[in-house]
Amino acid sequence: MRDGQVVKGVTFRDHRVVGDIMSLATRYREEGADELVFYDITASPQGRSVDRGWVRRVARVLDIPFCVAGGIRTVADAEAVLNAGAEKISINSPALADPDLIDALSQRFGAQCVVVGIDSQRTPEGYRAYQLTGDPTRSRPSGRDVLEWVREVQARGAGEIVLNCMGSDGLRSGYDIEQLRAVRAVCHVPLVASGGAGAIEHFAAAFTQAGVDAALAASVFHTGAITISELKRALRGCGIEIRP
Amino acid sequence: MIDALIIDSGGANLASLQYAFARLGATTCVSAAPEAVVAARRVVLPGVGSAADAMRRLRAAGLAGVLPKLTQPLLGICLGMQLLFEHSAEGEVECLGILPQRVQRLQPSPARPVPHMGWNCLPTAEADPLLEGLGALPYFYFVHGYAAPVGPFTLAPVEYGESFSAVVRRANFWGVQFHPERSAAAGARVLTNFLRL
Repeated sequence: MRDGQVVKGVTFRDHRVVGDIMSLATRYREEGADELVFYDITASPQGRSVDRGWVRRVARVLDIPFCVAGGIRTVADAEAVLNAGAEKISINSPALADPDLIDALSQRFGAQCVVVGIDSQRTPEGYRAYQLTGDPTRSRPSGRDVLEWVREVQARGAGEIVLNCMGSDGLRSGYDIEQLRAVRAVCHVPLVASGGAGAIEHFAAAFTQAGVDAALAASVFHTGAITISELKRALRGCGIEIRP
Repeated sequence: MIDALIIDSGGANLASLQYAFARLGATTCVSAAPEAVVAARRVVLPGVGSAADAMRRLRAAGLAGVLPKLTQPLLGICLGMQLLFEHSAEGEVECLGILPQRVQRLQPSPARPVPHMGWNCLPTAEADPLLEGLGALPYFYFVHGYAAPVGPFTLAPVEYGESFSAVVRRANFWGVQFHPERSAAAGARVLTNFLRL
């Protein structure tokens, strides 16, 4: 989401408009999406919080869970989004800047509402968490090791972790299975794979080889390369338990 | 006439429930006033947050003694269902005691992280007006870290590592562990059925 429209980039750059929020939300719900995640990618870099008007509009029509991410810096920011009808809030840059926010949100709303998103890059020193990734000119390493950060956010009360492997984002060459497996080994809350899905086999691999609880994708659905209904049929055919 | 009164249990996120009823053409109101609850045609007890907090709010509102005596249909959702039981391990708190048994923490395992978040199907269900017309293997959306054991008042169990109650009923009190307002068509059907009780 940027300025009220749905956009998609490649490795977090060159974002292009792919459509209108309400029509995409309704379309994915009709196709059988199990959950929608809305990232307001301009929120953190611009130092502002999410615009809540669209959250309420989405909540009125959607009858599946949805999560809102972007610039949630305080308990009050989170409360407004949850009161508008979102199921969960996801925090990323603000959690890196102020890890105590995770504890505060989890105590106030319960761990099940609190998703921590991690934008991860492979480096020669290991996996590193990045911040302010919505704006290519400000995106930078946080200095934190991803596996240590995964342990810490769970101890602080995160109820779900979305691991976004930046190196594969938007390339449609597959999820970073090796990295997901490394995170899975230390992650005892639901883990969501994100970044790189390009083919049905990539989704299947994330479930069967990396043991994730859910797989998130954007490009392949926005372009229509894969429809959610055909994907779910194929995954069920692989023996993966998933809502029809 | 208001179709259902949603108890203001103080937690965030009553909006999604109100919107779900609105999509079905039902009128709802939100209140924690005992006289309004007693007079309501149907009552919904939602709940997001912890059992101890929710019970504290119900007691402060003067509802803890009122709810077990209601005679109209009541639907507890998620934490609201757990509050119908005797006791919850979440904060070691006495609950409404409408149903026997105690709510326990789900035990995490490598393949079953807790909180349990996701879509699960109900493989079997007793015949009940709340569960009419669901078809075979309906899927519902669950988000919880605690659960009620399967017992004499279980209408439908669900399995996530262990078996627990997904739907319970005693007389005019129904409870669902899942979120019907976020469970697509199957959830809408449960809410529609509730509005016919």
